[in-house]
Amino acid sequence: MLIFLVTAFIFMRSILVPPDFGKYGHYRASAIDEIISQEIKYAGHTVCYDCHDDIVDLKKTGYHKNVACEVCHGPAALHTDDPGELKLQAPRERGYCPLCHEYISSRPTGFPQIVSASHNPMKPCISCHEPHDPKPPQTPKECDACHAEISRTKSLSHHVYVDCIECHQTPNEHKIKPREYLPSKPTTREFCGNCHSKDSTTPEEIPKIDINSHGERYMCWQCHYPHLPEAQ
Amino acid sequence: MEKVNNQKSNDIKRRKFLKNLFLSLSGLFLPGIVSAATKTGRLKDLILSLGYDPKEHLWGMGIDIDKCIGCGRCVNACKEENGVPRDPFFFRTWVERYRIYDNRETLVDSPNGAIDGFKPSINDEGNIIRSFFVPKLCNHCDNPPCVQVCPVGATFKTDDGVILVDSKYCIGCRYCIQACPYGARFLDPETRTAEKCTFCYHRITKELSPACVEVCPTQARIFGEIKKKPSPLVRFMRQHVLGVLKPALNTEPKVFYANMDMEVR
Ligand code: HEC
Ligand code: HEC
Ligand code: HEC
Ligand code: HEC
Ligand code: HEC
Ligand code: HEC
Ligand code: HEC
Ligand code: HEC
Repeated sequence: MLIFLVTAFIFMRSILVPPDFGKYGHYRASAIDEIISQEIKYAGHTVCYDCHDDIVDLKKTGYHKNVACEVCHGPAALHTDDPGELKLQAPRERGYCPLCHEYISSRPTGFPQIVSASHNPMKPCISCHEPHDPKPPQTPKECDACHAEISRTKSLSHHVYVDCIECHQTPNEHKIKPREYLPSKPTTREFCGNCHSKDSTTPEEIPKIDINSHGERYMCWQCHYPHLPEAQ
Repeated sequence: MEKVNNQKSNDIKRRKFLKNLFLSLSGLFLPGIVSAATKTGRLKDLILSLGYDPKEHLWGMGIDIDKCIGCGRCVNACKEENGVPRDPFFFRTWVERYRIYDNRETLVDSPNGAIDGFKPSINDEGNIIRSFFVPKLCNHCDNPPCVQVCPVGATFKTDDGVILVDSKYCIGCRYCIQACPYGARFLDPETRTAEKCTFCYHRITKELSPACVEVCPTQARIFGEIKKKPSPLVRFMRQHVLGVLKPALNTEPKVFYANMDMEVR
């Protein structure tokens, strides 16, 4: 009986314990091979250079030099193997950057942070900061150098993308001798109607009114402040 | 006479019992036998063919708490790289936020492991004395309690100091999950086997860094050799006063924290 059990044990052991058990330590050696044959998803920060040397060169001297490409563009191993196979996404939306840059008191002091609710709220971050070299932009200190309050107001308004010079034809001399050379100001309801009248051909997202019946007895800006137009 | 008879019938019962036990037990192991026989061997020595000798390395990680911005990109990259389920509760690495208040209360939170970062703390800003982020992961203990409790030898320490799980041998008993003092293990909802950080073993054996280190924007995580002199980790360890989590347990972690507050557990 005992002999039977011992032989049975040895027999079972020879089957149950894999042949490569204990080769490197008290474990199955091929478990290691199985683990290391797992698919690699993140290609690593060196491979992008082969095909995107322009962007790599741009990034490596900027503030984002230590922010890996794949943080923003996602795992790219498939893309580097065959760029046609996997087209990477770019995080163009405004909500993305605050992941790292929103002011949170727990963040180390010195890390550049913004309060996104008040930092140029109506525009995508990348319209001012090149994501691969995000130095704070030298905006042409043009109109806002002297009309700071108006430009700040406008930057929070629905007219954020309507340039000052769309509504004010400004002679260059105005920037040097402002009081002698004054810019134009809109004078007619039709001026606003160019973009807002029902029968204008401007993009759909611009709200439309019937210019003949909408507040017909007044100038538009008697009711709507043009730098912060509101329709409550 | 009666006694003998009794004995005999007991004997028979016992023999029958042993026989049944043997049969049922081998039945239990049968699938294991079959899979062990078919699955081993095929991939064998891949590791050697890579020219990687585990005996020449000893891996560890340094974490600089003063650099972590709590963006959670490491948590995201870890899940992407390792196919960890996206749901809460399954993490190989996660980030905790510590908020220490003026009444000495300490609040620790980690919304969904911080995979989407953190939201600013509102209203109580004024009462916070200190606040910071602490990335966590398996400490790859030199003296790992999880390995000791595994009944089937499915979790083990490699020569290069990494704690791994042989998912083909893991029976999903959860002992190791209980035994880990750092909460670094979980039961994979699909495979029903124990899962944990591998230091991205499939990457580090191929000269890539772990995914969490790859994406960390501030170099708050430093990965490398503990023993080799010209390694970034050794330099990091020389430059900072280091702490480990729960040192009193003598687990001897290989994840080292710099600028760590006493309150961190
Ligand atoms: C083998 C060459 C090659 C490598 C290596 C490579 N790319 Fe590309 N990449 C391309 C090509 C080609 C395109 C254009 C694909 C297209 O427009 O269909 C592209 C396009 C892109 C785009 C733009 C997608 C868009 O919306 O226009 C991004 C982002 C990108 N690559 C990121 C990366 C990153 C990050 C890496 C490194 C991890 C990388 N690439 C490595 C060849 C490469
Ligand atoms: C901070 C996040 C971030 C990082 C880091 C980053 N990118 Fe981008 N990338 C973007 C964004 C946002 C866009 C979209 C830009 C746009 O539409 O104007 C973009 C666009 C691109 C494009 C397509 C558009 C173009 O300009 O040709 C390529 C290619 C690209 N990135 C490659 C890279 C490579 C390579 C790296 C690493 C060297 C990298 N990116 C690092 C955010 C990032
Ligand atoms: C994964 C984290 C991360 C993301 C996402 C990220 N950044 Fe950054 N950003 C950094 C780091 C790290 C620095 C460098 C900080 C330093 O120098 O200490 C930086 C620096 C900057 C700076 C320079 C600030 C200064 O000191 O003047 C700007 C501007 C900036 N980022 C804008 C952006 C924009 C715009 C985006 C979105 C396209 C973005 N960042 C996304 C991590 C990130
Ligand atoms: C209208 C252009 C504009 C937009 C849009 C914009 N920024 Fe800026 N950003 C600036 C300018 C100008 C500065 C430098 C002056 C300042 O600090 O306000 C700056 C500074 C910064 C800084 C450095 C702050 C510091 O303290 O060093 C960061 C970080 C930054 N921006 C991130 C962002 C992010 C993230 C977004 C999107 C949520 C964004 N910016 C959108 C123009 C812009
Ligand atoms: C050097 C500073 C300076 C710059 C730059 C500047 N302005 Fe002016 N602007 C002035 C001054 C001063 C006035 C006169 C204000 C007054 O008389 O109350 C003025 C007046 C105006 C007026 C009102 C004219 C009127 O008839 O009441 C408009 C419109 C105007 N500027 C638009 C602009 C625009 C658009 C730009 C950018 C293209 C610009 N300005 C750039 C200084 C400047
Ligand atoms: C949508 C058209 C529009 C845009 C864009 C616009 N303005 Fe005006 N602006 C007007 C109108 C209309 C008036 C006349 C308001 C009135 O007479 O009450 C005006 C008046 C002014 C005045 C005279 C003072 C005042 O507040 O009434 C100044 C200065 C001025 N604009 C500067 C600017 C600057 C600087 C910008 C760019 C940042 C700008 N405007 C963009 C329509 C516009
Ligand atoms: C160059 C085209 C253009 C001109 C000229 C223009 N607007 Fe607008 N207007 C816009 C755009 C673009 C929007 C924003 C639509 C959006 O929100 O996407 C807008 C929005 C508005 C709104 C709606 C704001 C809200 O709360 O929804 C009002 C009111 C308005 N404009 C009034 C005016 C007045 C008054 C004038 C004349 C002084 C004027 N606009 C001239 C392009 C224009
Ligand atoms: C008597 C005051 C008054 C005058 C003058 C006036 N508006 Fe309005 N406007 C309003 C009010 C009030 C609203 C919001 C209620 C509504 O939709 O009618 C509004 C709404 C709007 C809207 C938003 C419509 C929408 O669907 O969101 C636009 C665009 C607009 N006005 C443009 C103009 C233009 C252009 C002029 C000049 C031709 C003008 N308004 C003249 C009072 C006025």
